[in-house]
Amino acid sequence: MKLTFPAFAGRIAFSALAALIGAIFALPLIWFIFAPFNARAELGVAIPDPWTLSNFMTVFQNNFAMQALWNSLIQSIGGVVLVGAAATLAAYALSRSSIPGKGAVTYILLLFSSVVSGSAAMVPIFLIVSAMGLIDSHLAVILTFAGGLLPTAMFILRDFIDSIPKSYEESAMVGGASPVQAFFDVALPVIRPGIVVVVVWAFVNIWGSFLIPFILLRSDKLMPASVAIYSFYSEAGTPTVTLLAAYSLIYSLPVIILYLFVSWKFGFRFFGGIKA
Amino acid sequence: MTAEPTTPEHPAKPARRFALLSNRAGAVFLTPAGLLVALFVIIPFFWVIFVSFTNRTLLGRTALNPEFVGLANYFALFDPSNFFQRGQFGFSLILTTQFVLASALIGQALLGLLLAWLIQTVPPWIKRLTETFVIAAWILPEVVIGFAWFAFLDRDQGTLNAILGSVGLPKGDFLLQQPFWVIVVFNTWRGAAFSMMLFNSAFSSIPPSYFQAADVAGASSWQKFKDIALPLIRGHVVTDLILITMWTFNTFTPFLLTNGGPSYRTELLSIYNYRVAFRDFEFGKGAAVGVIIMLINLAFALIYLAIGRKKRV
Repeated sequence: MKLTFPAFAGRIAFSALAALIGAIFALPLIWFIFAPFNARAELGVAIPDPWTLSNFMTVFQNNFAMQALWNSLIQSIGGVVLVGAAATLAAYALSRSSIPGKGAVTYILLLFSSVVSGSAAMVPIFLIVSAMGLIDSHLAVILTFAGGLLPTAMFILRDFIDSIPKSYEESAMVGGASPVQAFFDVALPVIRPGIVVVVVWAFVNIWGSFLIPFILLRSDKLMPASVAIYSFYSEAGTPTVTLLAAYSLIYSLPVIILYLFVSWKFGFRFFGGIKA
Repeated sequence: MTAEPTTPEHPAKPARRFALLSNRAGAVFLTPAGLLVALFVIIPFFWVIFVSFTNRTLLGRTALNPEFVGLANYFALFDPSNFFQRGQFGFSLILTTQFVLASALIGQALLGLLLAWLIQTVPPWIKRLTETFVIAAWILPEVVIGFAWFAFLDRDQGTLNAILGSVGLPKGDFLLQQPFWVIVVFNTWRGAAFSMMLFNSAFSSIPPSYFQAADVAGASSWQKFKDIALPLIRGHVVTDLILITMWTFNTFTPFLLTNGGPSYRTELLSIYNYRVAFRDFEFGKGAAVGVIIMLINLAFALIYLAIGRKKRV
């Protein structure tokens, strides 16, 4: 395509501006790219000389840090399994049964889930968890996240299931399958991509989240990595920067990998946001 | 507010001979999710209203036997004698409003729109590189981002001061001197990705022939943006503004950077709510703040759902 001179100059200006904004976005992250591999990392940006993995060894030898990663894993996987299973069943029921008031249920769920946010509901959630005797337990965090994420998960999955023709299950049932068989053997495999999206979305949310475990947990041995990192830099007078840098990178890895997975598998375009 | 419950209209579907799932099986399928949502979403909504009328505390006598105090918590929040003082409710409310206006409506939405427009035409490698960093700011866990910014803004060694120093500008201790603008820039940086992706997908859905026709007519990029693209994505703009307003209004992340300080200068409503309830142990008052936050959320959610329904019809 032939370009006139003003159009050409305009395109160069556009490119320069986009690159400049990209560079500004990169600035706060540059430190985070180099410091984990620098044995003498401080808060300033410095290119590691030599590059080393010794900071990661420090992390692996730090019991509290490793325990926190393990706790993050327990809480995230627990929450994800609960959200995935409960949302799939519920979304399927909302899509395929003729329960009266399905539309109203979906609407009310959507309304409540955007009104009841973590920061507005922290007092009653604390009181409910406390009344259940679950304060300072993994279960408290798992259940709270599951409850909070379910409305959106159900909404995404219901949309997804609605878009699948009913004829699959109908033909299975004409062939003699029970509704439950039709769900598990016919519908579930077809719904699987939708479930994967919801599960990844829920995992990223729980894994990265700070406020809920911060409020509901007391003891060090249950803290997930988000709260552990925060205590590393907010409470220690001078943070151990090398440990923190390497730990931040390890802690971020699952999120980065899942992001790459989603963008490779589904084309990370727009899901109404992988994060809430 | 509308009093009657509204249900979305369903487009007329062909009559089904039978439902795939019986009502009883459907009810069983709904039970686990129903219980969890009731316990952690529906009940908190009503419980927070109830607690806000009591003097419940976290510790002490009133932790177990809270007394009904009527609207006392609300009167305390809206006490005109100290409403605008730092560390008081009114100060946080106004601060949060300014924060939403500056970082979400102006910052995230405008920057997201600009980025989405720019990456339509730039070479693919610049597009990919820019997108990578913008999305990374959004996708990485908030605590990691908090620490990265902590290092970035450090007075003595931080990257920002190193850059300012190298071009001859004075260094600053921004977390102490300009805490409000720090969290505004921080939230803009953190959240612009969402708007960028939303507007990007909106722009890509415009038929290219519209722009080609404009090119033939010799339209400038600004004219194409203003006269073709913007009117066509108006619906997306509204969606974007409502969503980012709600998220920014509720965000707790700046706490990781400033702890609400120094001297309450970055104490957004969510952080104020946390301090009152979990540092000062006044659950009744914290609940009252929660109720007000939820009422504001409700207003936005109703607008959002009303627009969403109109679009679907």
